[in-house]
Amino acid sequence: MMGLEEYKYKDLIHRCFRCGYCKFPTDWSDVTNCPAYARFRMESYSNGGRLWLIYAWLTGEIQWSENLSKILYSCTSCKNCVEKCPLSFNDDIVNMVVAAKSQMVETGKVPPLVRKFLQNVQVQGNPYGIDANKRADWMNGLELQPYQGQDYLYYVGCEGAYDTRAQGAARATARVLQDAGVSFGVLGVDECCDGNEVDMLGEEALLEDLATKNIDQFSKRGVKNIVTLSPHAYNVFKNKYPAFGGHFNVLHYTQVFADLIKTGKLKGPEQQGVRITFHDPCFLGRWNGEYNAPRKVIGAVKGANFTEMERNKKGALCCGGGAGNFFTDFLGGSGESPARIRAREAGDVKADILAVACPNCLTMLDDAVKAEGLDNRIKVMDISELLCPA
Amino acid sequence: MESIYQALVEIVGEDYASNRHEELFTYSKDLGTSPPQWPEYVAAPKTVEEVQKIVYLANKEKVAIVPLGGGLTLAGLALPLKGGIIIDMKRLDKIIEVNEAARYMVVEAGASHGKVTAYLHKHHPTLMHSEPGAPAAATIGGNMAIHGQGDLAHPYGFNTDMINGLEVILPTGEIARFGSCAVGSGWYTMHPLPDLGLFLGWNGSTGIITKISFRLYPYKKIRDNDAFTVSDENLVPEILHELTHLGLTEDLIATSSEIPPVMNRLHHISIMIAGDYEEEMEFKRHMIFDLTLGKYIRSGVGGIGGIAAERLRPQISKSADWKKGGGFEYVGSIVPVAAYPECYRRGSEISARHDIPYTVLGRVIGCCHAMMFSWSYAFNRADAETVRHAREALHETDVMVMELNGTIWKPAVFGQKLMMDRMDQTTLQLMKKVKDLLDPNGIMNPGNWEVQ
Amino acid sequence: MYKLTFNEDLCLACGTQDCLVRCQHMDIDQKTARIEMEKIINGEDSFVLHDCATCYACEEYCPHGNHPFYLIVQRQDELGMPPLPEPLIKRGIQTGIPFRGEPEIDEIKGTALNMCVFSNLMDRVQGRLFEGLPIISHDSRKMFHYFCQLMYLHYGKTSVINERLDKIIQTLAAHKAKEIIHFHDECYGTYTSYAPAFGIEVPFKSIHLFEYLYNRLLELKNEIKPLNYKVAYQRPCSSRLSPPMHQYVAKIFDLIGVENVKREYVDENAMCCGGTILGQKKEGSRQYCAEVQKKNIDDMKNAGAEICVFNCPACITTLGKPVQKEGIWPLFMSDLCRLAIGEKIG
Repeated sequence: MMGLEEYKYKDLIHRCFRCGYCKFPTDWSDVTNCPAYARFRMESYSNGGRLWLIYAWLTGEIQWSENLSKILYSCTSCKNCVEKCPLSFNDDIVNMVVAAKSQMVETGKVPPLVRKFLQNVQVQGNPYGIDANKRADWMNGLELQPYQGQDYLYYVGCEGAYDTRAQGAARATARVLQDAGVSFGVLGVDECCDGNEVDMLGEEALLEDLATKNIDQFSKRGVKNIVTLSPHAYNVFKNKYPAFGGHFNVLHYTQVFADLIKTGKLKGPEQQGVRITFHDPCFLGRWNGEYNAPRKVIGAVKGANFTEMERNKKGALCCGGGAGNFFTDFLGGSGESPARIRAREAGDVKADILAVACPNCLTMLDDAVKAEGLDNRIKVMDISELLCPA
Repeated sequence: MESIYQALVEIVGEDYASNRHEELFTYSKDLGTSPPQWPEYVAAPKTVEEVQKIVYLANKEKVAIVPLGGGLTLAGLALPLKGGIIIDMKRLDKIIEVNEAARYMVVEAGASHGKVTAYLHKHHPTLMHSEPGAPAAATIGGNMAIHGQGDLAHPYGFNTDMINGLEVILPTGEIARFGSCAVGSGWYTMHPLPDLGLFLGWNGSTGIITKISFRLYPYKKIRDNDAFTVSDENLVPEILHELTHLGLTEDLIATSSEIPPVMNRLHHISIMIAGDYEEEMEFKRHMIFDLTLGKYIRSGVGGIGGIAAERLRPQISKSADWKKGGGFEYVGSIVPVAAYPECYRRGSEISARHDIPYTVLGRVIGCCHAMMFSWSYAFNRADAETVRHAREALHETDVMVMELNGTIWKPAVFGQKLMMDRMDQTTLQLMKKVKDLLDPNGIMNPGNWEVQ
Repeated sequence: MYKLTFNEDLCLACGTQDCLVRCQHMDIDQKTARIEMEKIINGEDSFVLHDCATCYACEEYCPHGNHPFYLIVQRQDELGMPPLPEPLIKRGIQTGIPFRGEPEIDEIKGTALNMCVFSNLMDRVQGRLFEGLPIISHDSRKMFHYFCQLMYLHYGKTSVINERLDKIIQTLAAHKAKEIIHFHDECYGTYTSYAPAFGIEVPFKSIHLFEYLYNRLLELKNEIKPLNYKVAYQRPCSSRLSPPMHQYVAKIFDLIGVENVKREYVDENAMCCGGTILGQKKEGSRQYCAEVQKKNIDDMKNAGAEICVFNCPACITTLGKPVQKEGIWPLFMSDLCRLAIGEKIG
């Protein structure tokens, strides 16, 4: 039985009716906007199902099991349910799942891949378990300056630093900032995991550890403004670090790009007749309400046609990679994996380019487009890559 | 029984079959007061053929099957009273056809009402279907299986009165079609073939509805929710009678509830009107409020409670949360509209006895031919005492419905028994014969409408 | 019981009878006005008591600072002649009953902003204009503990106001704020006009939102970029209780560079939003309400208004959508001011 006293939402969680609103997108088009439910289509995988299971675990009606941990960890923290739940406690319904994951972390009862993720972050500062010394490999040949009081710290994050596909976005972002004359520096091998996914996986102590270390480093170096590649880092810096004493002006790179475009310092490239659609990252959109900046940046691409997918903005379907799922992949392996559904949706609107603004979405959707056999038609590109001069 | 699980995996694939504790737990409960009823397996088929194979399997293994839609009946009607396999129908959700000219739509039974509303709104904005008061996740098939009603109940009756065709998997596994689709003439009418209406209102105990054709109606651009308020419950039936005589409204619902105080001991008649033109709307308002209801206003016994409030579709209901406890169940009944005052008075007494703020609602069906009257009882899932109170209140309400010569709608097993105890013997025996004939192995949602 | 201070002699000796003569909703000549006021003063029935649209305007029209409107409502109450049908009165009275626990009283030093029953409008009091301002009644579950009750003037129910107001004042005062800015000027009217007229003591100083906004904008003057919109102001009935505060509308408009469009229904001739007329017992009220609204919106349109700025949440509920349909953008004054200092509004 879970420690009743320790569970933060013990007086609230039973209020979920399992009415099922949480499954829908903003336009009500189908019950498939919860990524885990879309993948498995069992009530246990909807957020209502998860909350009832957590409550049953809390009261001892059911016991911990591997299947229970898989069900909870298949939640990507995409916040669609928060958006759609009409009841007054909706703000907390993802936090309730995260808090239950924390209980599993406390007792060491997490799925092996989650354990691996957390151990890797603890030892190497990244979920992949790659040597921390290789964290600066992504910027080989770019001639970037280490951060020493420039206007911005460019924080790349684990995916951008290590994932070969996401490295492209990390490099493109750096080059666009360079070309626009933005004063920025990077941390190179001194950079460490931001902790957003660690937080979403329920490892509170490790988040605190990472946040404290990062804040300490940022503060010592006199960082005031941070621009992030990943919306995940943007989210944790902006919303969680203040509680640990870290108060920085945090921007996502699309916000910086949008500003550069407005002031004429950045010009979009020419892409005559190309049809672009955009996949909203959950940690930029639903978590932080930023839907305009990426669209403004895409709007600067000359000659391109922008088209929305059916589900967009607040109603966008998550790529399925959040809360560590880009690594643990509990939602993978099926045509009904959220990323593959999303790839098909991009195909439905006849997009030539599926633009993303998140390294997680980039890797998830890049793979999905291939798995769907759409890679000859649709190119998955980070917005930074769209804007990056060839 | 590992072999049944394996067989299900072979039919629907590993991802969509489960005998794991967590899924069985999840499907052992609904939102209401029913105690848990555990299934042994859960399967979520994608096609009619997969459903059919599961039915064949169940017959072979003599194991019960319970088809489940949105799982929102509240009355435990899709809980496996005798174990077996839950068939979660929600993956059978294709929209097969919309015929704009003949105003009908064919869907697979697991499609949600939310999906249908959104689809029509987007692709056929001049058409609508009758959307029930249940959350948008309620399925078309589930709603038909319990004789649901929706927001077009006043002009067009029960949702099941709007059926143009049905496809059903019989308890023995054969697929049967009813209506014009049975003779290959498309899905546009249920009549005039011989009546074989054996599947509606049976809670899935005589077969599994897989496809449904239902009527669509004009969806007008301007849609207002107006309201008329009275203190005297005795005025409600005559006001509804006058409004249905006028015949300009789309949906008519009278409500009263103790919380919030603004609703307490008042009767709020929601008058939905729709039009394509402002002139049409003003004409309707003039006819309704100035001419038909003007006398109540001038004499001071009724008042315009509001004009032109927004009407959301799908509608979102939050009233279930008054007890802040994640539990909610109601008794619905079909009663004459004239019974409104007594239904309200006696219902609020039952609520008071059980310390639950009263919440009642009556929706007009047809031209005041009847009313779906409901008494809601919210409870706190975390507090067994409030659950007990709600359950007792529900049972007392079932008994009261019978005393008022009402008919319980989608009764739980307790209410089914009350009704069957009073039922004409010939009818009762015919029900039994139908059930025995269709379901020789007694596997279809057993325990529901079970004639002893 | 609280007693209305009404100078009867002054009223009877009045040379204008502006209170009724200038009424927009009843056609009354001076002679009739004198006769009817005398009846009202004497506690007798008068058609005025039945036909009053309860627009509050006579409070402003009275040249003597007497309280003709409060008197009318008090007589409606005493004579059992409410302007609305009984169920609506019952509903209205029940609206103000708090039902979700007691308010949490936190002590406030200095100035506070009182949201009354508009806790759901917290988005309208964001940004630098309201920075650092502690808020009273920010929780919609508790907001009825702060309900100024003045709405019941539309219900012919001074008795309800007088029965409940003292408790509300005590609750507000318990926060110990020295000055209270009221989000809605109905509250301002309650505490600076109604309460003194009935001898109800108010232990805090009230500040009108528009005065506050104007002064705050002066502080941020360097950041104001003229908006250059053509704006119509929907003056609410409650502002008739604080005529000196009405000047701040023009002052704010000047400061933020918007044009106060020239229209018929402006200032003392402002037109009621109609919300209170809709449900009245008097025959034809619903149609009259629609007529009033149409006249008002046509007037805004003809004057070329691009924005209709509101003070009162009830007015925006009633008129917001209809003005929007006519291509006029409905905005709260606070939001208009935020736009002027370059802030985005949510």
